[in-house]
Amino acid sequence: MSVLLKKGAEASLFLVDFHGKPAVIKERLPKRYRPPQLDQTIRRYRTVHEPQLMHDAKRAGVATPLVFLVDVENARIVMEYVEGHQVKQLLDELCEADMQELCVQIGVAVAKLHGGGIVHGDLTTSNMILAADGRLVFVDFGLGDRSEELEARGVDLHLLRRALQSTHFVHADACFSAVLEGYAKQAGSVAEEAVVLKVREIEKRGRYIAERQADAG
Amino acid sequence: MAPHRQVCLGIESTADDFGVGVATFDGEVLANVSDSYVPEEGGIHPREAARHHAEVADKVLAQALSKANLKPANLSVITFAQGPGLGPCLRTGATVARALASYLGLPLVGVNHSVGHIEIGKLKTAASDPLTLYVSGGNTMVTAYAAGRYRVFGETLDIALGNCLDVFGREAGLKNRRGQPLGAQVEQLAKKGGLLVPLPYVVKGMDISLSGLVTAAVSALNEGKFSLEDVCFSLQENAFSMVTEVSERALAHTEKREVLLTGGVAANKRLQEMLGIIAAEHDAQFMVVPKEFATDNGAMIAWAGVLAFTHGQTTPVEESFVKLRWRVDKVDVPWMEANL
Repeated sequence: MSVLLKKGAEASLFLVDFHGKPAVIKERLPKRYRPPQLDQTIRRYRTVHEPQLMHDAKRAGVATPLVFLVDVENARIVMEYVEGHQVKQLLDELCEADMQELCVQIGVAVAKLHGGGIVHGDLTTSNMILAADGRLVFVDFGLGDRSEELEARGVDLHLLRRALQSTHFVHADACFSAVLEGYAKQAGSVAEEAVVLKVREIEKRGRYIAERQADAG
Repeated sequence: MAPHRQVCLGIESTADDFGVGVATFDGEVLANVSDSYVPEEGGIHPREAARHHAEVADKVLAQALSKANLKPANLSVITFAQGPGLGPCLRTGATVARALASYLGLPLVGVNHSVGHIEIGKLKTAASDPLTLYVSGGNTMVTAYAAGRYRVFGETLDIALGNCLDVFGREAGLKNRRGQPLGAQVEQLAKKGGLLVPLPYVVKGMDISLSGLVTAAVSALNEGKFSLEDVCFSLQENAFSMVTEVSERALAHTEKREVLLTGGVAANKRLQEMLGIIAAEHDAQFMVVPKEFATDNGAMIAWAGVLAFTHGQTTPVEESFVKLRWRVDKVDVPWMEANL
């Protein structure tokens, strides 16, 4: 018996009973728009990589769901069901102090991932769950990678900033500052300054950034 | 036409096209004339393109007015693409617009080029609140309306999709031809290919990166193991799959009921097919801007200008300097609130 929890863009999530425990099956369904050969390569790669990164994240001190089973042929991952709320749903409802605290917590977690040699690859507030037991759980490592490079870390934070700007536009700046505060707390201010400079550089590479014009004089 | 109908004239000159469009305040496009700068070889040289625009401006303007069957005195407002785009090209269009507005004593409105592409797409397809994939030679972004502005959900981290196809085409030895952009030539060649050459597939969150893909495609071609047709096919399949993947992600995130494909690359049939598939899977209606309004054109600037002007936006001449890197998410679009 399974209940469809969410039909995401990349995968569908089903709630199932796994030997008496509530579990989630994440199934990467074939994408008809892509040629089958390309589609299979992508789905297989992400299905193998995601549980590995989730494991590495735990080692780095960031909570991720327990993985019960990986079925590469069918591009399925069976994992622990985390009771709680998506940060996306929560964030705008919080009072200023709680919002600040949660964002600092997010920054600490991201710095732990980076310190553990992991980049998440899709840092949005939909991919963070504040669990009923108080843990901040990170999910959806499908686009993640193992990398120690400043560039990759910069892109990671840039994506988070952009996600805040498009979804939580009212509080985006305050939230991102708090994230950086948490990042500095965990990684040290030297590492934080380096990654902030990188984020700025990445954003300037992008198209149509007013700041680049100002810099050019 | 009845003389009391209010009419806007819009000037587009952000890149290689100089376009003049005429639109009525109730959304009828009366004229849409343009003239493209086609380089002998290589890409767009901004100064050469601007020289072209200055040379054809009076002719295109006269043709647009005659097509619309109007005299300058019948116009109500002048609008121009104030950015983003190439500096020299933008300045040429802005100069023409300022001159017209001050000579005729009409209000001037600076319009964001990306807003123009979105609005003409909506006007021509009757979309009301779409998730928009805007892909052209200079832009690649996934946008949707939220709280007063078109927000950017995903975009390219480096080069634009049209640029990616153009650069590859040039490296592969294809030649610029009037009415046959390099991207269209790559599309035709891709139809004859079918072998999937392994190329990078770079999706980062809702953003994509295309520069490494072009480099890899050029290397694959130069190795000599694959035919040009197969490399064109593989380049398109990879690049389009990437933009489609991030569009689908943004669609699931925003839960919009319409998907709009706009910009120059919107004319590509294979890209249309892919976007159509994800729209159907999310029960959204799929719409493509008609070809005439896909590439840069004056009508889109005229129409976006109508929307801006009728919602109280005007641009005094002293504030009408061009904005080369004007992001779409910096522009207030008050007319959307009223429509939802």
